[in-house]
Amino acid sequence: MHDAVYTAAAVGLIALMTALSRALPYLLFGGKRELPPLMINLGGALPPAIMAILVFYCLRGVEPAVFPYGLPEAASVALVVVAQVLKKNTFLSIFLGTVCYMLLIRLF
Amino acid sequence: MKSFRFALIQVTPLLFSYLFVGLAAGLLLHAAGYGVLWAFFSALFVYAGSMQIVMVSLLASGAPLPVVAAMAFFINARHMFYGIGFVDRFRAVGGWRYPYMALTMTDETYSVLCSVQYPPDVDGNKADFYIQLLCHLFWVFSCTTSALIGSLLPVDLSGIEFSATAFFVTVVVNQWRGCGSHIPAVTGFASAAVFYFLIGPDNFILPALSASLVALVFLRERVAGEKKRGAPHA
Repeated sequence: MHDAVYTAAAVGLIALMTALSRALPYLLFGGKRELPPLMINLGGALPPAIMAILVFYCLRGVEPAVFPYGLPEAASVALVVVAQVLKKNTFLSIFLGTVCYMLLIRLF
Repeated sequence: MKSFRFALIQVTPLLFSYLFVGLAAGLLLHAAGYGVLWAFFSALFVYAGSMQIVMVSLLASGAPLPVVAAMAFFINARHMFYGIGFVDRFRAVGGWRYPYMALTMTDETYSVLCSVQYPPDVDGNKADFYIQLLCHLFWVFSCTTSALIGSLLPVDLSGIEFSATAFFVTVVVNQWRGCGSHIPAVTGFASAAVFYFLIGPDNFILPALSASLVALVFLRERVAGEKKRGAPHA
């Protein structure tokens, strides 16, 4: 069986490092002082950039050179965009996109 | 109760992807021979989907602890960027909830929190907390349950994880239409694309996030100017 001490140490370390990655901005800027204006500025400008990168991150497993050439992902993302622009209903857009994706990966 | 119900509605679209990824993480751990307690504790204290999936292979191969620590920080380093806009917002909540909210920020909760708009009768601080709490509890539930049952659901749910991608796309669309300046979104797309093609799919996210951060520091005057004038193409 697995060595419980090693497993506990490894899981503990992973939890600690994950917590550190989340805590860093608060440790750096979360003191009693006012937030530097540059950070306030960035706080407003960063989210759209981060969300755009996150979409790429979610689709990183797509292989455009291999059948089906990322078409299920492309079609489903396009459907979400169109639905969201036309109807502005987040639930509907997610539902349509996910059903479309689940169907397409079964068909191809 | 109103803020709780509002929070629940906000996170509902994400619960499907949490359910599926949590199931996958719990099942992997179970298949590698680890008991349900490990699934419970890692869901509670690590609370990061891709990290918990990588964790199984690290544990199973007996990777040296320094390697484990370095991998964990590297895989999760994108979280650093999420906190930047939330220091003041979470600090305002105060008490034990402040560190709890800082430590439970995920890709999913970040996307909810930076796109949510609270109606005037909802307490934003409370609802922020409930959003974080509900996602965390649901994650612990799905990881633990699947490690306990240890077998796949009778229905084939593969592909349901796309609901997270779809949610992120709706946030991008909403931000594109709502934000006075398109510079941040274009910066994000451009740096993601550049580093995706330069470095490949596995490691592009940190350089892309860093490049966007630097670019937006330099472009901040223009972004602020465009925001004041209102949406350029709306």
